[in-house]
Amino acid sequence: MSAVPTTVAAPGASILRPRRGTGARRFRSGLATTLIVLAFVVALVPLVAVVWYVTKQGLKVFSWTFLTTDLPFSTRSVEGGMGPAVVGTIVITLGATAMAVPLGVLGGIYLNEYGGRSRFASLVRFLSEVLTGVPSIVMGLFVYTFWVLRVKEQTGFAGALALACLMLPVVIRTSEEMLRLVPHELREGSLALGSRQSRTIRTVVLPHAAPGIVSGSLLAVARAAGETAPLLFTIGAIQTANWSLFSGTNTALSTQIFGNANSPFLPAQDRAFGAAFTLILIVFVATALARVVTILYTRRTSGAS
Amino acid sequence: MTSLLEPPNQVSPDAPRPLVGGERPPGFIADRAFRIVAVAAGVLVLLVLALIVYATVSKSADWFSSEGVGGVLSTTWEPSTGHFGAGALILMTLIVAAVALVIAVPISIGIALFVTEIAPRRARLPIVFVIDLLAAIPSVVFGLWMLRQLAGPLADVYGSVHDAVGGVPLLGDLFGDPSASGLALMTAGLVVGIMITPIITAITREIFATTPVAQKEATLAMGATRWEMIRGAMFPHARSGVVAAVIIGFGRAVGETIAVALVVGSSQKLSANLLGPGDTMAGIIANQFGEAAGVQRSALIGLGVVLLVLTIVVGAFARWVIRRSNRRMGLAA
Repeated sequence: MSAVPTTVAAPGASILRPRRGTGARRFRSGLATTLIVLAFVVALVPLVAVVWYVTKQGLKVFSWTFLTTDLPFSTRSVEGGMGPAVVGTIVITLGATAMAVPLGVLGGIYLNEYGGRSRFASLVRFLSEVLTGVPSIVMGLFVYTFWVLRVKEQTGFAGALALACLMLPVVIRTSEEMLRLVPHELREGSLALGSRQSRTIRTVVLPHAAPGIVSGSLLAVARAAGETAPLLFTIGAIQTANWSLFSGTNTALSTQIFGNANSPFLPAQDRAFGAAFTLILIVFVATALARVVTILYTRRTSGAS
Repeated sequence: MTSLLEPPNQVSPDAPRPLVGGERPPGFIADRAFRIVAVAAGVLVLLVLALIVYATVSKSADWFSSEGVGGVLSTTWEPSTGHFGAGALILMTLIVAAVALVIAVPISIGIALFVTEIAPRRARLPIVFVIDLLAAIPSVVFGLWMLRQLAGPLADVYGSVHDAVGGVPLLGDLFGDPSASGLALMTAGLVVGIMITPIITAITREIFATTPVAQKEATLAMGATRWEMIRGAMFPHARSGVVAAVIIGFGRAVGETIAVALVVGSSQKLSANLLGPGDTMAGIIANQFGEAAGVQRSALIGLGVVLLVLTIVVGAFARWVIRRSNRRMGLAA
């Protein structure tokens, strides 16, 4: 924030307290303020409603057995759990992370440390923005036509590939932004001591930016774990847990929710809510973790300076 | 005796060895290799995008060649008779996106103003975090919730809306016969509106936060109320940024898939009746691709190409708006 003289209250604070305007003007301002507060409240309604309803319905079936038992062979069955879907979501998301995060960080390093304001770097930056906007269903179609049709097999890896394509531009962007925050003096100091640029980046720049990159990547992982559309045609279906990324079809929590949501059978709907609750849990934990990393990071740097 | 003399230029073994002609200094190759790997990661983005375009376009060629331009743009999508026209789906996708924007834009601007102007400073970060949580909830979970909890009650609401305005000429078309299940274009627009709110909020919030403090204070110093300050100092400053946010939100709305696939009603007949069922490009791909074969499959991939082109154009347009406004502000400052 820009420097505000200490005698003047910060905007939004007490400077707004004195009565301003009269009659119609005051009323209009009050009305606008009310509407603005109302907008925030209205946005909270779906958030609270969806979390509350999914939790309420999900807890009916949620248990350790639910998380570890195989899927039932008939959707009418009351028995059975989401074990294979939990396994699939973990394996596929980890696979996507293993591909997208290293490549994304390298992309960010290219943009900030090497490319800078060059024409090619600007092009990469623009295309990476375009890639962020590509709908996830198109990513699914792409991997289906490009990979699944070629190897003639639906695998967890195909799904991971689609998720990695979605995560890549997000990780690139976060990494670039975090690297940009690293003070120039650090780079200059390291270079002046005779380190080569790659060594400077690896030992000085990256460690400094690491917490921010970790936090941003965690957010990307959380989003990826909840994606359905890229997995619909790429991973196939399976009733039992498959820990292998490269052989055999797989399943995931999100595709199980999608498949069971329209089922006329109540046990299937209950399983969908159980899976939805599990998914929200995973996504929220990852998001909260990202937040914790950010908070620890800001505390550390503000203490150091 | 000469053997006792030390060689005049002996160097200690630890000191750097002088380079022989043409030899590379130590670390040179590793340094170059790292640089090349980093550049390759940048090139990867280009490659992925090119492959997406190539793979989807080549697999949808069948559709374009068998239907022709007229067939592709026609509004009949009937797998039973072998007609695969995208026209109706494109229009209904735009309708859903429009409904979503009508819901999301005012609310997003409201939240952005709430965060920057009204909420206490300490509460700002938690509020931003809460709104981001909304973005973290997976699309399929929103769809499930909408389908299982809200669709029923919404059907009743649609019924009374139809009874109230069904007779009015233009509104009567928009709010026609309500769907009994509550699955409708309106329901899809509603859930998409919820899902694009966080992104529009995030962008508008950033723009509002860049309003020069001096301008805001000058407006207040002249006795303006808070609303007059927002309208007089913040809106003119943020106008093009908000436009860009709306465009980006539109791009997201068009591509929203799973929640829409669950609640839109999956009827491919062209209809502008918000209270009745419809379908969108993304939604129909999710629902039909699994069982499709032949021309239908290639037509569905073709719809993916249309979506891709639409989102790329929208993204480029948003970028152009932002860049133009940056230039203008640069001149003004």
